[in-house]
Order: sequence, then structure tokens, then C-alpha cells
Amino acid sequence: MDEITESLLRQISDWDGKFKGAYNIRVDGTCAGRQSSENISILNKEDNPGLEIHIRPGTKGESVSIPACVTHGNVDDLVYNDFYIGQQADVTIVAGCGVHTETGEPARHNGIHRFFLSEGARVKYVEKHVGTGKGTGIRSIDPVTEAFLEKDATLEMDTSQIGGVDHTVRETRCTLSEGAKLVIRERLLTEKKQNAKTNFTVTMQGDGSAADIVSRSVAKDESRQEYVSVIIGEAACTGHTECDAIISGKAQVDASPRLYARNEDAALIHEAAIGKIAGEQILKLRTLGLTEQEAEEKIVEGFLS
Amino acid sequence: MIELKNISWTTPDGNNILDDVSLILPDKKLIAITGPNGGGKTTLAKIIAGILIPQKGSILMNGEDITNLDVTERAKKGIAFAFQQPVRFKGLTVRSLIEIASGGGISGSALCDYLSQVGLCARDYLDREVNSTLSGGEMKRIEIATVLARKASVSVFDEPEAGIDIWSFAGLIRTFEALRKNPEGTLIIVSHQERILRIADEIILLNNGKVAQRGSGRKMLDNIVSSGNASTVCIKKEAVIDG
Repeated sequence: MDEITESLLRQISDWDGKFKGAYNIRVDGTCAGRQSSENISILNKEDNPGLEIHIRPGTKGESVSIPACVTHGNVDDLVYNDFYIGQQADVTIVAGCGVHTETGEPARHNGIHRFFLSEGARVKYVEKHVGTGKGTGIRSIDPVTEAFLEKDATLEMDTSQIGGVDHTVRETRCTLSEGAKLVIRERLLTEKKQNAKTNFTVTMQGDGSAADIVSRSVAKDESRQEYVSVIIGEAACTGHTECDAIISGKAQVDASPRLYARNEDAALIHEAAIGKIAGEQILKLRTLGLTEQEAEEKIVEGFLS
Repeated sequence: MIELKNISWTTPDGNNILDDVSLILPDKKLIAITGPNGGGKTTLAKIIAGILIPQKGSILMNGEDITNLDVTERAKKGIAFAFQQPVRFKGLTVRSLIEIASGGGISGSALCDYLSQVGLCARDYLDREVNSTLSGGEMKRIEIATVLARKASVSVFDEPEAGIDIWSFAGLIRTFEALRKNPEGTLIIVSHQERILRIADEIILLNNGKVAQRGSGRKMLDNIVSSGNASTVCIKKEAVIDG
């Protein structure tokens, strides 16, 4: 494993020379290491490039990491990973992605992840995206996440892209059955001429289902962000979607939280706020001894943490 | 020691808020600045902290001219400031705010001490965001905790009693009483509140941008209360504070 791969793995996963649980490391479209466990089996997909990951019913406290790295330009990696989580399992899935290019050629990773959560399953899904390297080569990460939650299943998705990715389109679609719960926390940072689009669509089909989607983003320089979040309530359900953005320089942010109520017992809320860092926040931190620049950095760091 | 020499400050539209104010604020004393609304109290506090720069006059700290130092530079010199309306931050936690205030590298027990001094339990608050989910009273206490964590030689509190509930006010009085017993530096409190003035070593009465009166706390208090320049609390509130 070369230095670039190791550096990317440290940034996008909990790798510290090794993984604690089951794992599959994908580097430039090929498998660079794999370990299944007694309860988590990782298999090659037969119809497409990618993995089938089966987690046994009742598996508790285990984790599976499937980091993907693109370490040089002129790579366009496409992967399909399917996760089948058994009844009452309670696991953590880490699926980071890092793209690196120095040559001026583009590097892209497109991960299509599908999650099938059986009744009562609980999943914490952590997704970190970074781009590294010098040069003008475009670094792109275009993830697609689809999740199907059966009765009383819970998916907590923590997704972040903190720097270095020039172009991203992030598609997330979830369907919730009776009593299912979805929590999404997204953090995004764009700078220079980077471009990020996020589309969430959540359909609550079962009574007692709930979705809470919160996106925080910082857009600097000439970067552009577009956020669309659609919550569809087809049953007696609760939904909340929130987009909060800090904007600076010549950046542009479009935010469209949308609510579609298809049942009189659907209780749906949306919030969106876009603005620059408040002057009084900088002033407060300056009274604590920080310079203006240090204060801005702290505010952004806290906002995206 | 802070020395203000002939300080004047006028609003952009020409209102004279401070007019040739000269004061010496000695070390290790609790000094209350009081007076009617619009008298210049908050402006004076902000001028000490460097948030406002006077158009005329100079400010000395231990003999050094700090008039042209900005907010950050004054903070580094050891001046702390508690805002009348504490600022809320989405994302920044109570822990990170106090860590920044302390200059970093603060132990868990020290964090806990600062919060307990303002009547908050670290376990309940350290990882909470300093955002709109906190009440006005909680915000005020956290604001004061950040000033305590600075271990500043001069701490300025701008109307600490403003906008808080009676329980928080009772705790606030106890915090200032404790600070007065073990002063690590000069405490300057802008306040209308008689219960705060009562614990001051010295009281300065500002009116129409000038020092109208100044003297020891005990001597000044009766005059100020009888002239209507301080607010008293009702008997029920007194019972809570003393309780």
C-alpha cells in the first residue's frame, strides 16, 4: 500500500494501520484487501463491479468498513455495493471515499450503495469524502445512496465532504416502512470553483415512521452549492428537513427544502437559512483572544463538526 | 490598573455619549458603573475592551498606552468582556468556547470548575451547542464562565443581570460575591441592579456622558437608590436570592 492510499484511508475511515472489524479496501477499481467476519460476509457482486455484504440477524456492535480510493488521474471508478442487514442487527458501516490526482487528469469515484434493513435493524452509516493532490485535474465523487427500511428499522447516516472535491452530485433516496426512523446529518465544504449538488428524497410509507435531515454547509470563494430535500409523507409520520449554509466571497448557494404531504396525519417541517458569519460571533471570539481569521476558522470548524 | 484619560465618544450621527471622562480603575477591586439609560455605561465598557475606539483621549493599562490596540490585542493583554446579549453559535459547543477562552489545553476538571462556578453541571452542558436551544439565563451563565476561564487581569461585565430569570439572577449574585472574595483581577460591572451595586467596592455614576459621582460602594448606594438610578428587587426575589 503506497503513501497516497494510506493517507486517504486515514482521512476517510477509522483505519490506523488496520481495521477493527470486517473490511474491503478498494484502490483504483481493484480489491486491495478483504476480511469477512463470522457475522459479516463480504462477497463479490455477480452482475456488476462491487460487493454484496450480508450481516446476520442479531449481530450487535460490529462494524464493516469499505473505503474506496482513487490514487491517480485518468481513473473513472464505478462500484455497486449492496448491504443486507438482518433483523435486529445493530452495526456501524463506514464507506469513505478519497480521490487523488496530481497529473492534471481527472479522477472520479461513483459509488452506488443500496441498504436493505430488515425489521428492527439499526445501522449507523458513516460516509466521508475527500479530494487531495495538486494540479488542475478534476476530482469528482458522485455517490448514490438508496435505503429501504422495513418495520421499526433505524438508519443514522453521517455524511461529510470536507474539502478538495471539485465536483459532486450526491443522490440519496430512502423509503421508510411502519415505525422506521431515518436520521441524516450532512456536512459540506466547498471552496475555489468547486461545485456540489445534494438531492435527498425520503418517502415515509408506514405509520409512525420519522425522518430528520439536517445539512450544514460552508461555501467559500466562487464555489456553488445546490441543496434539494424532498420529504414525502404518505402515512401518519413526522418529517423535518433543515439546510443551514454559511456563505462567503462570491459563492452561491441554492436551497430548496420541499414537503409533500399525502396523508392528513403527516406532520412535516422544513427550515433553511443562508448567510455569512455574523460579525458579533467574530467579535465574541476576538474578545477571547482570537484574531479575525482564527475566529472565522473556529466558527466554520464548529459549524461543520 | 486601568486609567482613562479625557475619553470622548460620539455616535456617527453626532450624539455625544462620553464627554471627557477621566477615571482610574484600581486593581483587585469590584467596581460598578451605574447610571441612567443612555448615560454612557455600555460605551465606556466597550471602550475598555477595545470594541469601540474613542475619538478623543487615551487608555492606559498598567501605565502602557493601549488606546490603539484592537479587541484581540487587548484580550491578549488580559482584558475580558462579557456581552450584555451573549452571542449564539451553531455548532460551537460550550466545551470549545471555554477551551478557546482559556487559551487551550484546559483539563476536564478545570472546565467543570468554571461551569460549576456559574451553577451549571458540566455533564449536562459541555457538549451542548451554544445555540438557540439554551435559555437566556443559561447563555448568560456560559458567557460569564468564558470570562472566568480567561483568568484576565481586567474583566468587564456589561449588564450581567439583563434578560435573565430570577433563579439565574440569584446564582449570578452568588457568583459575583464569590469572585469578590477572591479577586484575581479587577472586576468592572456595568449594572442598574442594586443587589450588584451592594457588593461593589466602588461605584461610579455616569450621567449624560460624564462622571456624576464616584465613591465607596456603601457610601454611594443609598444616594443612588433614593435618586432612582438603581433598580431594586422585590421582596419575593430577595427571598430567592438570599435563600
